[in-house]
Amino acid sequence: MKNPEHMNRIGVFVCHCGINIASIVDIEAVTKEISKYPGVEFIKDYQYMCSEPGQMIFKEACRSGQIDGIVVASCSPTLHETTFRRASIEAGMNPYRVEIANIREQCSWVHHDEEEKATEKAIDIMKSVIERSRRNESLTEVSLQTIKKVLVIGAGISGMQVALNIANSGVETFLLDRQPSIGGRMAQLSETFPTLDCSQCILTPRMVEVGQNKNITLMTYSEVEEVSGYVGNFNVKIRRKAAYVDWDKCTGCGICYQKCPKTVPSEFEQLIGKRKAIYTPFPQAVPNKVVIDNNNCLYFKTGKCRLCEKACPLGAIDFEQKERIEEIEVGAIVVATGYDLYEKEKIEEYKMGYCEDVLDGLTFERLLSSSGPTQGKLVRPSDGTVPKEIVFIQCVGSRDPDNHLPYCSRICCMYTAKHTMLYKHRVPDGQPYVFYMDIRSGGKNYEEFVQRAIEEDNVLYIRGRVARLYREDDKVVVVGADTLSGKTIVIRADMVVLAMAMRPSGGIEELSKKLKIQVDGNGFLSEAHPKLRPVETLTQGVFVAGCAQAPKDITDTVSQAGAAASKVLELLSNEKLLHDPITSWIDEELCAGCGQCVSQCSYNAIQLDEKKRKAFINEILCQGCGACIVTCPSGAAQQKNFTIKQYYSMIESLV
Amino acid sequence: MNVQLSSEELDNEDIDKIIEISGANLFACYQCGKCTAGCPTSEFMDIPPHEVIRLLQFGQIEEILCKNTLWICASCITCAVRCPKGVDLSKIMEALRQIFLRKNVNYVHPNEVPNEELQTLPQIALIANFRKFTH
Ligand SMILES: Cc1cc2nc3c(=O)[nH]c(=O)nc-3n(C[C@H](O)[C@H](O)[C@H](O)COP(=O)(O)OP(=O)(O)OC[C@H]3O[C@@H](n4cnc5c(N)ncnc54)[C@H](O)[C@@H]3O)c2cc1C
Ligand code: SF4
Ligand code: SF4
Ligand code: SF4
Repeated sequence: MKNPEHMNRIGVFVCHCGINIASIVDIEAVTKEISKYPGVEFIKDYQYMCSEPGQMIFKEACRSGQIDGIVVASCSPTLHETTFRRASIEAGMNPYRVEIANIREQCSWVHHDEEEKATEKAIDIMKSVIERSRRNESLTEVSLQTIKKVLVIGAGISGMQVALNIANSGVETFLLDRQPSIGGRMAQLSETFPTLDCSQCILTPRMVEVGQNKNITLMTYSEVEEVSGYVGNFNVKIRRKAAYVDWDKCTGCGICYQKCPKTVPSEFEQLIGKRKAIYTPFPQAVPNKVVIDNNNCLYFKTGKCRLCEKACPLGAIDFEQKERIEEIEVGAIVVATGYDLYEKEKIEEYKMGYCEDVLDGLTFERLLSSSGPTQGKLVRPSDGTVPKEIVFIQCVGSRDPDNHLPYCSRICCMYTAKHTMLYKHRVPDGQPYVFYMDIRSGGKNYEEFVQRAIEEDNVLYIRGRVARLYREDDKVVVVGADTLSGKTIVIRADMVVLAMAMRPSGGIEELSKKLKIQVDGNGFLSEAHPKLRPVETLTQGVFVAGCAQAPKDITDTVSQAGAAASKVLELLSNEKLLHDPITSWIDEELCAGCGQCVSQCSYNAIQLDEKKRKAFINEILCQGCGACIVTCPSGAAQQKNFTIKQYYSMIESLV
Repeated sequence: MNVQLSSEELDNEDIDKIIEISGANLFACYQCGKCTAGCPTSEFMDIPPHEVIRLLQFGQIEEILCKNTLWICASCITCAVRCPKGVDLSKIMEALRQIFLRKNVNYVHPNEVPNEELQTLPQIALIANFRKFTH
């Protein structure tokens, strides 16, 4: 890059900001002094530069052709830099020739009791900004074409909702899940708080809607292999796992799995129900296609069987099928990979009590579900008897910074209350007990829901953590304390349900690396800003939704999914993406190819050309943070309009 | 002391009677402690009012009956007025006294109460004692 020509016709505007500046800084003295400064062609002060009349003065001066650089001495650039840059565009000047000298926050406000010194400082600030400004380049925003297609990773309720919102706006969407069916965890739930809607009944129609939407391409039983490119132009390689079934032919009639002789525990049923080696996870699966689990299939293990192949009337079974890589191009990616439960094996002090009748929450959901292994009959997996004394333990693994996870999983208070209610509906003469630390029921109608469980269903809430479980005959003895009465409580339970902490889905680390997005200390995906940018990541064009970001219930998941979809649509609504041109650039002659900058860039904007041994900056990805500049030992990395030369000249003007 | 909880323990006859007499839903109490905080006599009680409810929730009625709390209670109904969950603790206290009295232990003839004790006994205890003659 050439050295920019120095501008020597600077226009300076001094704002009084009412009395904010003018009551401390002597505007007249400032104007007089600065008007004498070399290169200052024009100077004007006004009460409120940002007001309509103020901007009129500003624009008039721009249009006069008298000046080629501008310094506005006023408040912080975060407030009105954009205002004046916009005004300069309207007046036909390059906006990057406008600079702000902050004489309010950094001068009049902090020196309100030393007027003389404040005036001197204001002059110094302005001089230095004039020096910087005269070396500014005229820059133009970088623009790039966007691909109007979206990839959604994870097809739980959050991913489905994102895909539906985007597809219904006419944008082509790929919805990917590593499971054979969409639906995620919600498909496993029995009834949902706080309304006790049957989960399947509200989810299945949505699944069908997704399956039939002409703008949604389902890519189930698939995983993300590799991601390259950047916002607006991602290239994603997807591994389509081998189902050993030709899905174009399969109609999901199910004859094959009726014939399959090999039965194994079903993951969808949390291992308390069974499936075959050829299966769909659940009868309402979308797409309704079967897959062969080659780890359990007799043919794959022993070379003999192929009964499904004989049974299939459509000849869809294909033992020769191989996994394949499919490539797609998309403009934006949404990650909605959801959650897993913390493993109960990690709770050492409970292990003595573990047996088939100590379940985690999701397993209990399957036991309650009318489509579950017991058709919703609440019985003990061990002996089929109805549990009369049932203990629920909250915060298992959660809120335990010393041994397990520090955070609150946020939904277990609610689903535990739901579990107690659903239990009482099935076993009216049974007694539920809940060990809790706090009841966190912040949500519309949530507290009322919990109170209803307690009051109407006589659920006994005991305030304390359980210290120990052990077995005695066919019972599980639960030992906890009630800190409200100071008593140690012992319950001989028929069944124990553990509200295990929620964790990000397995594989999130690798996926986040592929996508170049960050995870927080607990492994959940990091949002760009916890309050103001909750569905964006720091990597432009990649968004998050649902439990992949943090534990949340269905209501919040769906809301967040809507937010993510609207952010994607906002991004893709522009034909071209414009990008701030204040980016870094590498002076090739100085670059030694050490690559230190590459590792420092949080936005993956720098690549090292191994052959040339030079670093290159992708202007589209560069956010102008300056990390590379301070890292580069050769001084090759520079930022536009923030060059080292500019800084030196600013310093020189002050000493 | 360890408390063994079970549905039998929770379902005992006395608890049912207390619910019947007081009309209170014992499970509605969420142990906020407001009753105790507002009770003018709680500082003289062996166990505070909210703990009475907690013990009842656990079916531990015997543990309450041996405490002075039910006799110290002045039936001022401050607790009932202030409870956010509509639990009428003053009625529960009365129910506890009734149950205790009906067990007819510690039968005391009013004429035989020594004079000096008459000076110190809580009023409610004396009145309760007279009530033994009326049922
Ligand atoms: C016991 C229990 C009871 C609950 N009850 C209720 C209730 O009553 N009401 C309520 O509102 N909420 C309830 N919830 C919470 C509810 O389950 C979640 O809010 C909801 O399922 C979150 O949806 P999601 O799409 O974010 O995640 P998930 O449902 O977990 O979906 C994530 C999807 O992403 C896929 N995936 C994961 N990783 C990858 C990868 N690397 N590549 C490809 N695909 C991937 C998974 O296969 C899955 O299909 C309950 C939770 C539990 C544990
Ligand atoms: S939601 Fe409730 S049970 Fe779950 S971790 Fe938080 S406080 Fe504990
Ligand atoms: S005020 Fe009511 S809810 Fe609170 S502890 Fe007393 S009885 Fe229970
Ligand atoms: S009625 Fe009894 S327990 Fe309730 S506030 Fe009055 S003295 Fe205390």
